[in-house]
Amino acid sequence: MTQKIILTFPSEVSGDPIIYELIRTYDIKVNILKAEIQPGQIGTLLVELDAEEDKVEQAKAFFTSRGIATNPVSSRISYDESRCIHCGNCASACFAGALRITPPDWRLHFDPEKCIACKLCLKSCPLRLFSIEFSPLN
Amino acid sequence: MAKTYEEINEKIRQGKAVVLTAEEVAEMAKTASAKEIARKVDVVTTATFGAMCSSGAFLNFGHTTPGIRMETIELNGVRVCGGLAAVDTYVGATDCNPQNPTYGGGHIIEDLVAGKEITLEAWGKGTDDYPRRHVKTLITKDSINEAYLYNPRNAYQNYNVAVNSTGTTKYTYMGTLLPRLRNAAYSTAGELSPLINDPECRTIGLGTRIFLCGTVGYVAWNGTQFHSTKEVNAHGIPTSNARTLAVVGDLKEMSTDFLRGVYYEKYGVSLFVGLGVPIPILDEDLAQRVSIRNEQIETVISDYGDNYHILGKTNYAALRSGEIEVNGQKVRTAPVASLAKAREIADILKAWIQEGRFELSAPVRPMPTGTSVKPLEIRGFKDETGIQ
Ligand code: SF4
Ligand code: SF4
Repeated sequence: MTQKIILTFPSEVSGDPIIYELIRTYDIKVNILKAEIQPGQIGTLLVELDAEEDKVEQAKAFFTSRGIATNPVSSRISYDESRCIHCGNCASACFAGALRITPPDWRLHFDPEKCIACKLCLKSCPLRLFSIEFSPLN
Repeated sequence: MAKTYEEINEKIRQGKAVVLTAEEVAEMAKTASAKEIARKVDVVTTATFGAMCSSGAFLNFGHTTPGIRMETIELNGVRVCGGLAAVDTYVGATDCNPQNPTYGGGHIIEDLVAGKEITLEAWGKGTDDYPRRHVKTLITKDSINEAYLYNPRNAYQNYNVAVNSTGTTKYTYMGTLLPRLRNAAYSTAGELSPLINDPECRTIGLGTRIFLCGTVGYVAWNGTQFHSTKEVNAHGIPTSNARTLAVVGDLKEMSTDFLRGVYYEKYGVSLFVGLGVPIPILDEDLAQRVSIRNEQIETVISDYGDNYHILGKTNYAALRSGEIEVNGQKVRTAPVASLAKAREIADILKAWIQEGRFELSAPVRPMPTGTSVKPLEIRGFKDETGIQ
């Protein structure tokens, strides 16, 4: 399974090689989707963990033990539907299959579940209708 | 049994014309013969809504007192043509200010259509009859004299499919092309596309009345790069970019529903243009032509990462299935022009004709034949490409 979570680092651990340790100890595929870390400050990291469910749980426990908050992520990509012209440029770029222009109506359909937050749609929409927001799920 | 334009227009005036969209007639053709279609159907509407870079608008600002011969002109900070008399300009869809590349000509045209205020600033050297050397003011489409769209090359008859075989993402006017053939982008509306339904331009010529960006427009000339001798397939359809249309219409009457300024990452500004062309079903041959189906329309697959090298051929039924095969690899397809909007246009044009609000015009001059497209040769100078 894959799961996306936001990690919030307290300042004292944000210089540590946490991800390296995670990969080495738990053998988890980690995909870093977005990072905002300045050593010595609070940092946030959007990661996708790809492993068996129990390993993902172990990883979360590991994070907690290091004082790192883990939050599942809500759908962060959104677009201004009212201005969309259904041209398909975003769907063409979206290799994850979250954005699709499909029959019978050939209008844009967005499945946030499939979004991997690669941000290609932000650049690919010729009307610049996309925005991204990282908000933890409650 | 042939029909004339006048007979069809008489039916339109009486509200009796039978009008179908090109998709509807393609469906009908599965069970009806061309002969039956010619008898039953009077007009077929076709449409497209896509980025058409060779577009723009002529504007006349009116004169100030004292007057100025505008030689350098900016609209919302974007330099536009200063080479048309004192107070005329042409805003090219791809005009832009390199300092702010995401806003340009296409957006200015959209803002004008939307009725927004635009900052006009112009400079002249000062002449005896036009002494003023500078002007800065606000304009709208209603405050200026004429404003008409004149697009030198629209509605390409077929277009290649774009892929990218290299290892890096390419940002093009066909959208984002992912590395190693991970997507294939196509732009033609297939069986709904105007010049696919009358491939030899029997009914489309100078003066053909059309739908242009929400209002009535006209075909003004053959479009630039008009290629009428491209290889055709068994159904008479050129298998890549061929004929084009130059079109004109009153910008003041247009709607932003069918005209949008756009910016392509690392490429630049362009304009999405909505265009609809009615095809009169004068005879069986035209009935046959408009019956064309997606699987009968072929196009080439071009590698935008490798000098537009042709990697193969496909058709619009395959493209719309979501996957095609290129070099033995399955490649995901997606459109980069709006079929949903094109359908909306074909339906609106159909309604206009059914309601007797839109009559057909016979071309006053046919499109040229025997034309092809010349490349630009480098001669007289050393070829310094400046490619980095
Ligand atoms: S961020 Fe990437 S995966 Fe998500 S919708 Fe945009 S292109 Fe698709
Ligand atoms: S690229 Fe933009 S305008 Fe085109 S379909 Fe996607 S969201 Fe809509």
